[in-house]
Amino acid sequence: MTYPSVSKGGRGYPPLLAELHDPPARLFLRGGSMDVMALPAVAVVGARSCSSYGAQVAREVARELSAAGAVVVSGLARGIDGEAHRGALAAGGLTVAVLGCGIDRDYPRAHAELARRIAESGLIVSEYPPGVEPSPWRFPARNRIVAGLARATVVVEARERSGALITADFALELGREVFAVPGEITSALSAGTNDLIRQGATPLLSAGDVLDALGLERAPPAPPPDLSPEGQAVLACLSSGALTLDEIVRATRVGSAEAAVALTELELAGLAVHADGLYRRTTGGRDPPAVAG
Amino acid sequence: MLARAVTHALVGLEARPVEVEAHLQRGVPGFAIVGLPDKACQEAKERVRSGIASAELEWPLRRITVNLAPAGLRKEGSGYDLPIALAVLAASRQIPPERLAEHAAVGELALDGRLRPVPGIIVAAEAARRAGLGLLLCPLESAPEAALAGIEPVPLRHLAEASAYLQGRFRPAPVEPAVATANGSWPDLADVRGQERARRALEIVATGGHNVLLGGPPGTGKTMLARRLPGILPALTLDQALEVTRIHSVAGVLPSTHPLIDRPPFRAPHHTASAAAVVGGGRGPRPGEVSLAHHGVLLLDELPEFQRPVLEALRQPIEDGSVALARAAGQAVFPARFVLVGTMNLCPCGARGDPSVECRCTPQKLAAYGAKLSRALLDRFDLVVHMPRARGRELDAAPGEPSAEIRARVEPASGRLRESRPSLGKEGRDLLTRAVDTLPLSARGRARVARVAATVAGLAGAESIEPAHIAEALSYRAPPELAP
Repeated sequence: MTYPSVSKGGRGYPPLLAELHDPPARLFLRGGSMDVMALPAVAVVGARSCSSYGAQVAREVARELSAAGAVVVSGLARGIDGEAHRGALAAGGLTVAVLGCGIDRDYPRAHAELARRIAESGLIVSEYPPGVEPSPWRFPARNRIVAGLARATVVVEARERSGALITADFALELGREVFAVPGEITSALSAGTNDLIRQGATPLLSAGDVLDALGLERAPPAPPPDLSPEGQAVLACLSSGALTLDEIVRATRVGSAEAAVALTELELAGLAVHADGLYRRTTGGRDPPAVAG
Repeated sequence: MLARAVTHALVGLEARPVEVEAHLQRGVPGFAIVGLPDKACQEAKERVRSGIASAELEWPLRRITVNLAPAGLRKEGSGYDLPIALAVLAASRQIPPERLAEHAAVGELALDGRLRPVPGIIVAAEAARRAGLGLLLCPLESAPEAALAGIEPVPLRHLAEASAYLQGRFRPAPVEPAVATANGSWPDLADVRGQERARRALEIVATGGHNVLLGGPPGTGKTMLARRLPGILPALTLDQALEVTRIHSVAGVLPSTHPLIDRPPFRAPHHTASAAAVVGGGRGPRPGEVSLAHHGVLLLDELPEFQRPVLEALRQPIEDGSVALARAAGQAVFPARFVLVGTMNLCPCGARGDPSVECRCTPQKLAAYGAKLSRALLDRFDLVVHMPRARGRELDAAPGEPSAEIRARVEPASGRLRESRPSLGKEGRDLLTRAVDTLPLSARGRARVARVAATVAGLAGAESIEPAHIAEALSYRAPPELAP
């Protein structure tokens, strides 16, 4: 099977990418239309081994960016990358996966199905011709394309010396905006992102921060759903952090069956998520920021 | 001279009548057993010869041939010792052959002539009753078990007693059949502090007979809870108790002190168990753990540590409620309708879900851990319950509700559900559809949620499934990492 490609200087070659110090001579494409690369794009990258908090933030940020019309660019790796692609797809948006191997390789194997879904509307791109096997030394080079395609880069979770920091470095070299999601200072998984913030990256508090920087309209906020009294009580008690169901039961004094009902209500309304036995609020469920004054 | 005794051969859970013929002929003294005996049965020769001598009876100095008919049926085990000895004694006219013909006999002989219990007495006794024999000669320890079958057992301690009884010189004490006792001796749920979520889940599991997967870091009480599930299951009916007793008897695990299993059994095979040990097998074939857990609970602790073939072999019994074991000699079907409880850590190192420890598993290891469980097996779990590590305060909580109180809710609810299933109204169906659209929930997942919701409605005493019941059921759905 042959795949289309664009060459440097040729039609369809993304001008943003050409700003790289060493832009790829040729870009192989798999999937929808090459016009996807002409749309404003944001890279959402991070560690492969991530926490459930990181996975949730990656998914939500990508979803909101996507809903506002931005293309989400990432590397199809496990962990944050995969969640970013999924978030964009969940919002019905476009997403671009940049591979460090041939575009027909579906690496990692576990993401073959994800890759197929990305290619239905978005793009899978690589500077390597089809058939090239994945190997570790190609991934840093892949990261420069991720940074090059995007007008801003968001690093969600990264250890020290994580590959995601390489992407951030490329973005900085290009003079593009770099956002880092702040994490707990005790967590090794956030050491890299917290360090980025110390070096001057913008801390990301909501996807809106990125949209403002790109001059994109925020998607209209969903009207606050009608919540049952239990739903409101449970949502309120989640604002202090992630809790187990038993802790929610004790904090709110609703029964465990009623708390389960309330949490399902919140999940369906997109206000809470569940991972590994812990329930936490989504950014959508956060209290609206206080009006300045 | 010829004499006959009647005994039974076990084929699965059935007993087939076996006629033990002993023939004494002139010739060089010798002893042969024919009729497809296995090794244990063949060795009856030595036990019978020794037993007869120890009972101060005479070993006939003839050419002795014992035939076990039908000759085509394989005879396994040591239960043929007593009928062979009695047939030899009757053939040499030391006991009256016509008396012997009125009895069935089963039991193993010790070298000193004492009688030892063997597996499957209740099944043999039932078969004897069906064949019109009213009396069963059996070891003393097995007599209460035999009495369950509605036959009159003749409890015997020694071969000498058997011969004295058949000569009319000895009358054994009558046997009281085992009676059902209260269903309360499993560990009590009152021991579990906190864990409201998991307790509620267990109540639903017990009411609807759902399979449940408990996930969480080590030491959060997953196993402790699972062991307390049989105590809140509805009590067994007498028919169910007899069915369970038969299986345990055939497997040879029936305690002689308590021959009627009158409470839901609990089985927890170790994760190194083989497929034959778990689903049943061997020559007999013998019932496996899934059948021993019939009408009770099968706990698979550390589910991903079980060998893959064992887990795959579980799918058929879970689906059919029975295990069909095909053997060259025929097929044996063992019932296996149990509540499956699986426990697992959320990752190989066990730290995931524990806020105080950082998980060190690589993404590859995590993926491999999840891949040990096939989708097909995970689909059999209606409820997935996370049991995160309790933060200190929880352990100071008051003792939980005792099992007896929970069972008082479970029993009527499960009875109601057997009579009529609550129906799913339009509101409930709309909520389910919304859930499939918004949450990661597959079509199979939807069916599981509907099943659990019916049980929740049954527990609430509702006639139809309300949206709140669906919402609670949805909170037990499998997380995306287990059901991608």
